[in-house]
Amino acid sequence: MLTPAEHRAARLGGWFGIGLLAAAIGIPVAALLAGSTGAGFGVDPYLLRITRFTLLQAGLSTALSIALAIPLARALARHPALPGRSLLLRLFAIPLGLPPLVAALGLIVVWGRQGIVNAGLLRLGVDQPVSIYGLSGILMAHVFFNLPLATRLMLMGLERLPAEYWKNAAILGMTRANVFRLIEWPAIAQLAGGAAGLVFMLCVTSFTLVLVLGGGPAATTLEVAIYQALRFDFDPPRAVLLALVQIALTSAVLIALRVLKSPAEEAPQLGLSPARPDVAPGLPALADRVLILASALFVIAPLAATLVAGLRADLVRILTDALLWRAILTSLAVAAAAAATSTMLALLLVRARHSVAESQTAFAGRILSWLAGIAGSLVLLAPPVVMGAGWFLLLSGATRALALPLMIIVLINAMMALPFVIRVIEPAHRTAMSRNGRLCLSLGVTGINRLRRVDLPALARPLATAFAFAMALSLGDLGAVALFGGDRIVTLPWLLLQKMGSYRTADAAGIALILAVLCMGLMALSDRTGAGREAARP
Amino acid sequence: MRKPSLFFPLFTLIGTAGLVPLAAHADDRTLTVYTYESFIAEWGPGPKVKQAFEADCGCRLDWVGVADGVALLNRLKLEGDKAAAGVVLGLDTNLVTEAKATSLFAPHDIDTSAVSVPGGYADDVFVPYDYGHFAVVYDTQAIKTPPSSLKELVEGDPSQKIVIEDPRTSTPGLGLLLWVKAIYGDDSAAAWAMLRDRVLTVTPGWSEAYGLFTSGEAPMVLSYVTSPAYHMIAEDSDRYQAASFSEGQYLQIEVAGILKAAPEPDLARQFLAFMLTTGFQDTIATNNWMMPAAPTSEPLPEPFERLVKPTKDLLLPSDEVAAHRKAWVDEWQEAMSK
Repeated sequence: MLTPAEHRAARLGGWFGIGLLAAAIGIPVAALLAGSTGAGFGVDPYLLRITRFTLLQAGLSTALSIALAIPLARALARHPALPGRSLLLRLFAIPLGLPPLVAALGLIVVWGRQGIVNAGLLRLGVDQPVSIYGLSGILMAHVFFNLPLATRLMLMGLERLPAEYWKNAAILGMTRANVFRLIEWPAIAQLAGGAAGLVFMLCVTSFTLVLVLGGGPAATTLEVAIYQALRFDFDPPRAVLLALVQIALTSAVLIALRVLKSPAEEAPQLGLSPARPDVAPGLPALADRVLILASALFVIAPLAATLVAGLRADLVRILTDALLWRAILTSLAVAAAAAATSTMLALLLVRARHSVAESQTAFAGRILSWLAGIAGSLVLLAPPVVMGAGWFLLLSGATRALALPLMIIVLINAMMALPFVIRVIEPAHRTAMSRNGRLCLSLGVTGINRLRRVDLPALARPLATAFAFAMALSLGDLGAVALFGGDRIVTLPWLLLQKMGSYRTADAAGIALILAVLCMGLMALSDRTGAGREAARP
Repeated sequence: MRKPSLFFPLFTLIGTAGLVPLAAHADDRTLTVYTYESFIAEWGPGPKVKQAFEADCGCRLDWVGVADGVALLNRLKLEGDKAAAGVVLGLDTNLVTEAKATSLFAPHDIDTSAVSVPGGYADDVFVPYDYGHFAVVYDTQAIKTPPSSLKELVEGDPSQKIVIEDPRTSTPGLGLLLWVKAIYGDDSAAAWAMLRDRVLTVTPGWSEAYGLFTSGEAPMVLSYVTSPAYHMIAEDSDRYQAASFSEGQYLQIEVAGILKAAPEPDLARQFLAFMLTTGFQDTIATNNWMMPAAPTSEPLPEPFERLVKPTKDLLLPSDEVAAHRKAWVDEWQEAMSK
C-alpha cells in the first residue's frame, strides 16, 4: 500500500528509468545508422539456418537448466543444515563472473578429448569417448553456467516461504508429493518463468562458448552474425537489423513463457533458510543428497580445474605486477558502479510496476508497467558490440577523456546485469510490500522515511545478493571494454585475454583464479551483509 | 523520494573516472599512433619503440590500442577524418585495399630501400614493418610425423585433430582460408569438405585455438612459423614445432601508413622512417614474435635459426582478397556446415 504521493513518485521514477534505458540503447543505434551506409538486409538460407540453430540450442539449454534446477533447488531447500551448503551456493556464483573462454577451458579439462572423464572411461575399456564438441558440448556449457543461476533464483523463492508452512506440513503429515504440489511448486512456478526467460536470453546471446565448443560453423548463432556484420563486413545497418531479429524472436519466446507464471504467493513472514521439520530422514532425503552431490561435482569440477591451473601459475610474480593491481582496482570500481546503477534502475522499475499493480487504473499505468517489464528483460539482447560502436561514434574525439568511455562501460554493464537484478529484487519486493504496506500506512510512516526505515532494510538481503550478482557479472565482462581499448582502461578480463593472446597461458590461468576468488569474496560479503541486516531487523 | 539513493551511483561513476591518472603533457609535439593491443602490451614492442623514438625526435609518442588489425580499420571507418592519430600501424596486406578505399591515408614519401620482405612488397601508401608465415604447429609428444603438405593435412587421418580459427571473426582464420584458396583454387570447397572431419573445432580467435592446443586437446593448431620460437626462448622447450608444407606457407605482412589528417605530418613521416631502423626492428622478433622487415643490429636469437624455412611464399593480391572475401567465406561456411 502506497500513499498517492508515493504512487506518483514511484511512477515518475519508473518513467525516468525507462527513459534512461531507451536513451542508452536508442542514441548509439541512431548514431550508428545515421553515420553509415551498408548493404543492409536480405533473408537468405544462411540467416534462416543460424536463426533456427540459435533458437534450438537456446531452447534446449534453457529446458535442461530449468528442469535440473527445480529438483536441485528443492533438495537444497529441504536440507538447510547440510554441511558445505552455503559454500556450495557461493561457488555457484563463480561461473557468472568467469569469462566464457576460461569456463570453456575448465570444462575441457573435465569433459574434453583428453579430459578426466574420457581418461577414466578409457581405463574402463570404453573406446568411444564422450565428445564435448557439437550441440552436446554447447548444452553442457550452458547448463554449467545457468544451472547454478537458476537454482539460486528458485531457492530464494523457496526460502521466502514462512517456516510455519513446513511446521504445518510436518504436523499434518503431508506426503512429499503434496508438499510439492501445494507449497513448493507454487513458489517455484512463480520464479520458473522468469528464470527460464533469463537463461534463454543468456543462451541466445552466447558467442564464444558456441563457437569454441560447437565444432564448426554449423553451430553459429545470430550473435556471431552480428559480430561478423560489424567487424569484417562493417555493415552497421545489417548488424542492427540482425539484432532486431534477435530481439523479436526472443520476445516471442518470453511472452510464451509468461503463460507459465502464476500469481504471486503472499508470504506473511520472512525466514532465513527455515528449518524443515517436514523432511524425514530416509530414502528420499538420501536421494536429495545424491542429487546435490552430483550437481556440485558437475559445477565444481571445471572450477577446480581452473583453480589447479591457476595455482600452477607463478602467482607471486603475477601478484607483484603493478598492472594487475591497476586492473583489479579498475575492474572492481567499474563493477561496483555498474552494480549500483543497475540496482538503482531495478528498484525504480520494480517500484513502478508495483505501484501500477496495486491500483489498476489508467491506460498510461498499464503502458508503464509493460514497458518496465520488457525494459528489464530485453536490454540483455541489445548487443554490447553494437551499442559500444554507436557510443564510440558519438564520442569520437572525446574518447581521449577517460571519464566518458568509463561511464559508457559502466552503463552498458549495468544494463547487462539489469535482468538478473530485477529477478532477484522483484519477488522479494512484492513480499515485503504486502507484509509492511498496511502497517506503514496506519503508523503514518511514509515517503522517504518509509523507504529508508522500512522498505530498503526489508530488502537488504535481496539487494545485497543482486548487487553481488551484478558485480560478478560485470567483473567477467570484456565486451564493452574491448571497443574503447587503449592501454589506459585495463580490466581483469582484458588483461587475461591479453596474456592468452601472447602465449602467456599460465599467467592467464593465474588471473582467472584471481577473478574466481573475487567472485567468491563478493558472494561471501553479500551473504554476510544481508544476514547481518536481517538479524538486526526489529 | 528516491533522490538520496540516486547520488550513490553518480558518485561511484565520478569516482571511477578519478582512478585514471591524468597524463601530463611535457613536450609540445605529440605523435599519436593507432595500433593493436598486443603491440603495446608490457611485453610487446610498444614500450621499447616509444623509448627509442622519443629519444631522438624531441617529441612525445602516444599509443592507442584496439583489439586487432580489423578493429583498427573499423575504428578508422567510424572516426573518419576526425581520427586524432598521425600513424596507423598494424594493418595486414589483406586489409590494404579496403584501407585505401577509405581515402584517409596519404602517400608515405619515404625511402623504403631498407625493406626486405618475401615477395618484395612495395606500396606508395603502406610500409611493411614485419611479416610472418602461417603454419600448422604440432605437439611433438602427440605426433611423430606431421603432415608435410597442405594436401596431406586435408587428406590425412581424421582422428588426428586440428583446431582452426574462424575466418568470419579472425585474421589467422582468414589466412588459412586464403592458403587453401591459393593451393586448391576452385576446388577449395571440396578440400574444406574433406578437412572438416579433421577439424576438432573452429574458434573465434587465435587465443582460444592456441589455448586448446597447449592444453592438449588437439595435437595440431593453425598458428605461425614463429610460434615455436616463443616456446624455445621463453620456456626453453622444443615440444611445439611448425610443420613445413611442400606447397609453401601463406604469408602475412604487417604494414603502417600515414593519415591525411595527421596533425604533424612531418613527425608521422619521421616515425615511418624510424620504423625501418634498428631501434624499431630490434624489438620485433622477441616482442611481437614476427620476423623483422628491415635489418636488425644483431642476428636474431639462435632459436629463430631453427624455425621452418618456407619453401615458397604464398600471398594472394590484396585487391583479389577484397573482391572475393565475402564469397569465399560463404563458400567455406557452406562446405564446413554440411
